[in-house]
Amino acid sequence: MATPAPAARPNDLMGLSEEEYGRVLAILGRAPSLTELGVFSVMWSEHCSYKSSKKWLRQLPTKRPWVIHGPGENAGVVDIGDGLAAIFKMESHNHPSFIEPYQGAATGVGGILRDVFTMGARPIANLNALRFGDPSHPKTRHLVAGVVAGIGGYGNCVGVPTVGGETNFHASYNGNCLVNAMTVGLAPADRIFYSKAAGPGNPVVYLGAKTGRDGIHGATMASAEFDQNSEEKRPTVQVGDPFTEKLLIEACLELMATDAIVAIQDMGAAGLTSSSVEMAGKGGLGIELDLDKVPMREPGMTAYEIMLSESQERMLMVLKPDREDVARKIFDKYELDCITIGRLTTTGNLVVKRGGKVEADMPIQPISAQAPEYDRPWTAAPRKQPLAPASVPAHDPAAALKALMACPDLASKSWIWGQYDYLVRGHTVQQPGGDAAVVRLPGSGKGLALVVDCTPRYCAADPEAGGAQAVAETWRNLTAVGATPLAITDNMNFGNPERPEIMGQFVGCIAGMRAACTALDYPVVSGNVSLYNETQGQAILPAPVIGGVGLLDDVTRTIDLSLKGPDEAIVLIGDTAGWLGQSLYVRELCGRDTVPAADSAPPPVDLAAEKRNGDFVRAAIARRQVTACHDVSDGGLLVAVAEMALAGGRGFDLKPAAADVPLHAWLFGEDQARYVVTTSDAAALLKAASTAGVPARVIGRTLASRDLTLDGRLLISLHDLRVAHEGWLPAYMAQGL
Amino acid sequence: MKAKVHVTLKTGVLDPQGKAIGHALASLGFQGVNDVRQGKYIELEIAETDRAKAEAAVRQMCERLLANTVIENYAIELVG
Amino acid sequence: MKSAVIVFPGSNRETDVADAIERASGHRPIMVWHRDSELPDVDLIVLPGGFSYGDYLRTGAIAARAPIMQEVVRRADRGTAVLGICNGFQILCESGLLPGILLRNASLKFVCRYVGLKVETSQSLFTHRYQAGEVLSVPVAHGDGNYFADPATLDRLESEGRVAFRYCSMQGDLTPEANPNGSARNIAGIFNPTKNVLGLMPHPENATDELLGSISGKALFDGLVDSLA
Repeated sequence: MATPAPAARPNDLMGLSEEEYGRVLAILGRAPSLTELGVFSVMWSEHCSYKSSKKWLRQLPTKRPWVIHGPGENAGVVDIGDGLAAIFKMESHNHPSFIEPYQGAATGVGGILRDVFTMGARPIANLNALRFGDPSHPKTRHLVAGVVAGIGGYGNCVGVPTVGGETNFHASYNGNCLVNAMTVGLAPADRIFYSKAAGPGNPVVYLGAKTGRDGIHGATMASAEFDQNSEEKRPTVQVGDPFTEKLLIEACLELMATDAIVAIQDMGAAGLTSSSVEMAGKGGLGIELDLDKVPMREPGMTAYEIMLSESQERMLMVLKPDREDVARKIFDKYELDCITIGRLTTTGNLVVKRGGKVEADMPIQPISAQAPEYDRPWTAAPRKQPLAPASVPAHDPAAALKALMACPDLASKSWIWGQYDYLVRGHTVQQPGGDAAVVRLPGSGKGLALVVDCTPRYCAADPEAGGAQAVAETWRNLTAVGATPLAITDNMNFGNPERPEIMGQFVGCIAGMRAACTALDYPVVSGNVSLYNETQGQAILPAPVIGGVGLLDDVTRTIDLSLKGPDEAIVLIGDTAGWLGQSLYVRELCGRDTVPAADSAPPPVDLAAEKRNGDFVRAAIARRQVTACHDVSDGGLLVAVAEMALAGGRGFDLKPAAADVPLHAWLFGEDQARYVVTTSDAAALLKAASTAGVPARVIGRTLASRDLTLDGRLLISLHDLRVAHEGWLPAYMAQGL
Repeated sequence: MKAKVHVTLKTGVLDPQGKAIGHALASLGFQGVNDVRQGKYIELEIAETDRAKAEAAVRQMCERLLANTVIENYAIELVG
Repeated sequence: MKSAVIVFPGSNRETDVADAIERASGHRPIMVWHRDSELPDVDLIVLPGGFSYGDYLRTGAIAARAPIMQEVVRRADRGTAVLGICNGFQILCESGLLPGILLRNASLKFVCRYVGLKVETSQSLFTHRYQAGEVLSVPVAHGDGNYFADPATLDRLESEGRVAFRYCSMQGDLTPEANPNGSARNIAGIFNPTKNVLGLMPHPENATDELLGSISGKALFDGLVDSLA
């Protein structure tokens, strides 16, 4: 077979460094062709190879008896009993969403859906974590509108409910928004589909939409910072078609019910290149592709363009011999392309032909085996000091509560999730707005609890504490709805890893996550890394976003955070020292966010206390000893109880219960490992807590009225609080119309 | 032959998309835009070479699918 | 009661409505793929919610012209009960079984929330288990639910008692705030002249299960079982 013609040594190495290019020459023993260079450049991009993060990701705990498959596949697989597996992952689409918010967000949803159903799982729920710039920044409103419309436009059309999420605003995201999308799917535990190809001679089949010139080098764009010329990158953004994706889901699931498939993978970042290389590579085989067979929607596409295209809604699979007709019949029903474009071989090489010429002939194993892996220099963030409450102004509690509940991070996000169909499929037991979403599993009586969370300002101040806190908070959220936390997926969003202080943030967050995952028996089963989230040297607050999944054995036992009836005891579980460092109280009301990460230490995470307190709360919920439950996080205790009051349409009276803690620290400190519960039998609950060694005290009562009072004094009426809480986001988005 | 079809809303049908476009233009500083109506443009490449037959066929397509005559008008232009 | 749910490419609430029908009748409806040549003999045909054909061209436009719809129209003309929910309502309007059209929501945004729904008449095989004037709590989830018809058509619908449901506050007032999409006269659902065809934008099938919040939709399906069994 003729050797492909080498490309003239290009001026643009397509994102490869000189050293990496040297590796290419050594592997091939010659100069690469244009197509071969393209393959290396995308496979060795940060986005596809994880070259800056691999070393650290290996430190995360990934194995427990209920984990069927951890990181390394398209998504993580967890055994949930009754012969079922939950399959889930979260992924970022940050850079494309900044350039073209609707399509960037839409295709982000499309991509993560495919990662889940490619494993044989029907997607049953979507969640997302969004981070935008300061509301006053000129681009923010446009990004919010576009991203939310894109997530809804794609997710609603595909018919998968979007049941949860979080949205934050901060100036560090002005030039780099974060769009992290998570999908959870269900599959029979004994019928999971993996991507490892097997059977030399087996047909390699292309499924789905036609290939165009979308998104070529999207993977390399995601691996680079933005500069003034980023607007011109618009043509590289992919355009999604959720209708085709819906057909693809149904067709694939139908085919998966037969025995025709050997291996299957979706074509995501780096399209046909990554899917063919990864599938053949895992199986230790070679793969031969005839690109003339690829369905194209544009004329005159070159081999390079076809291999690097990121056209959406496409899958690649290896079928058993003589099963091509089974596949074609199903795909004809859904009017999707299904065509054999190649074969598995024993050569171990990727061979690509176009127009009768060999455009690439390269060994596959070295692409992964000799992929660059960097141990980038890193520096630890300087230790911060705890913030003494006495050094923080004590604002009037009523004014502080109202201001906090209306601030961008805490304000109601119903303007956002009201644009998502959270009811389709008819199994949404707890909808957006609570601690975690709860979705019933048909036919089993069980339910899954789902949540995404992260507190970037903690991570900036102390990466290790922040990483642990992100994991712990999702664990608390799942516990608060009565679920047993099972496993997490992580989406690591950071700045430029070539800067030691940024790499130090990454290393620190991983260390914190590792400690929390280990202590809480809550392993990592999948994840994604997004680096280079910086514009002109200005990096984002680091955001290791955690997606948590928990199990309810009896979904009817779930409870929510709404205050239910009058004259119930409000009980605080956990200790309160009044930790104001890195709190929203300090940031929003005391103007202490002007120098990022320069100030105080975030609240420490006592993992043993988290476990003890959470296990107690979960048991109390299962015993029906509590009528409402909410974990305490952003904004602190008064905010938490106010959120419960708004949800229930009912008032409360709180009696501050710590003589040695200043009032403003007790009300607004963000001490971790705490929950607020309501109960009609406080004595019994306190007794049980005491036996379990868990701090618990009555801090107030629910009222018949709709007033929020502190020691009998009126703070604010529920109506006024609701106006403030629910008014900010709609009013903000309506400006400029 | 190419058929260029413009599908537009009948007068009297509320057009919130057109209104939104008008507001956006105004806030960008464009003066004197009194009204905006948004419609659809559909291009058809057809094999028929006889002009009258082509027009009749495209008219049928508009009546039966391309326009909802409850609320939409259509205009056909043939080229080539 | 024997029923069939027509599934188009892009339909996504066919299992929701099949579950609701099974809960009410004890039987699961037959799922009929749009390209099936046979539509079984049934008492009730359902056009479910979703985004058939991706809502391309106009919502419901392409599905309405699918060959199976010709048979649905024939059955409707012969008196078979036909229920069109959300995308199903859009398809019924595009097919001519119901007058008017569903336009883009006035807010230009997709809306998913619970709405108050007033039962306008109990004189139909769908609504006879409700009281006229009863206020229900039912979710909507749509981007194109803004019902439009010319004034003469609207007057005729009202004078013939063919408005089935209207959006209202939980106290029963027909206010603009209670209207999630800008529909003319707060109309949420309508009948054909012989009242065997009902199209509505809200999702009663998502309001039949205690665990999920509201069971306001239960009486619609129970009513159908009564009427058609």
